[in-house]
Amino acid sequence: MFEQLHANREAQLALGLVMGIAFGFFLQTGGVTDYDIIIGQLLFTDFTVVKVMLSAVLVGMIGVYLMKGKGLVRLHARTGSVGSTVVGGLIFGAGFAVLGYCPGTVAGAVGQGALDALFGGALGILLGTGIYAAIYPALQRRILGVGTFPSETVPAMLRVNPWMVIVPLAVLILALFWVLESLGL
Amino acid sequence: MDMTPYLAGIGIGVLSWFAFLLSDRPLGCSTAYAQTFGMIEHRIRGAATLEKPYWQKVTPSIDWQWMLVAGVVIGSFLAATLSGEFGLLWVPSTFSAAFGESVPLRLIVALIGGVLMGIGARWAGGCTSGHGISGALQLAVASWIAVICFFIAGIATAMVMYGVFAP
Repeated sequence: MFEQLHANREAQLALGLVMGIAFGFFLQTGGVTDYDIIIGQLLFTDFTVVKVMLSAVLVGMIGVYLMKGKGLVRLHARTGSVGSTVVGGLIFGAGFAVLGYCPGTVAGAVGQGALDALFGGALGILLGTGIYAAIYPALQRRILGVGTFPSETVPAMLRVNPWMVIVPLAVLILALFWVLESLGL
Repeated sequence: MDMTPYLAGIGIGVLSWFAFLLSDRPLGCSTAYAQTFGMIEHRIRGAATLEKPYWQKVTPSIDWQWMLVAGVVIGSFLAATLSGEFGLLWVPSTFSAAFGESVPLRLIVALIGGVLMGIGARWAGGCTSGHGISGALQLAVASWIAVICFFIAGIATAMVMYGVFAP
């Protein structure tokens, strides 16, 4: 439907910028561009990060699967493996706690004036990706392909209609919000 | 009850619809850092850079996602300015309460965390946006496993930092 737009490089650069501005606006308004909020989540004293992330997942999931059902969008689920997803995910998580921002929120933190995010975090992430590019050939030979996951998506893995996963997951997310609010968290 | 985090999350969810529909892309941030490093390396080392296997996989150029991350800085600046929350900060208050006001210490710790996260994000094929939001909303197996690993290691590391090392 929007193939011509997808192929228009200049239009996509402009769309990227506009969507980025909206993304940054929501991240900052939601509070997740703050070191204190992110560390608070990892120490279980603040649940803002979980609330923002799971609200986005809930709304995004329903809309994207509705549009996919009408043939308007296609999924971009990434295949993973133990060697890539689990090992990389654990390294990322350690860095997440040490830095106290993630690659998206560090950009948002820079926007609200956090200089540790600019001169420490963003610079560090930049160097980290460079180190990864250097070690990538060796990792690809030895580790990344170990234990490849059987399917791209959960519904495909369970061999069920996606809505058999979406509806229970939506209920679970709403129940978690209810519990958090009941506990005053 | 503070609805702000939920409303912000709903906004990001709706934004992800437009990213899929208008740009055929999921929201994600960490690739942009790799592209930036690749562009700098290309400028310094020349054409040989592009022969590296990783730069064959990820093209070091300015594209939709790079503009997205640039936009995040602007959008956050706008929101912070409008709400009066903009302010220069070197050491966040939770950090200074535990480890002191030293700017060099905070910068070194942030740099180490950033390096780990840069490596980990590219190793896992995504970050808290690409896996944690975009992948999770697509019900991607790898993304749900990735986000669980992010939080397991993140919680354990934060507990050690603030429980063991904090004076």
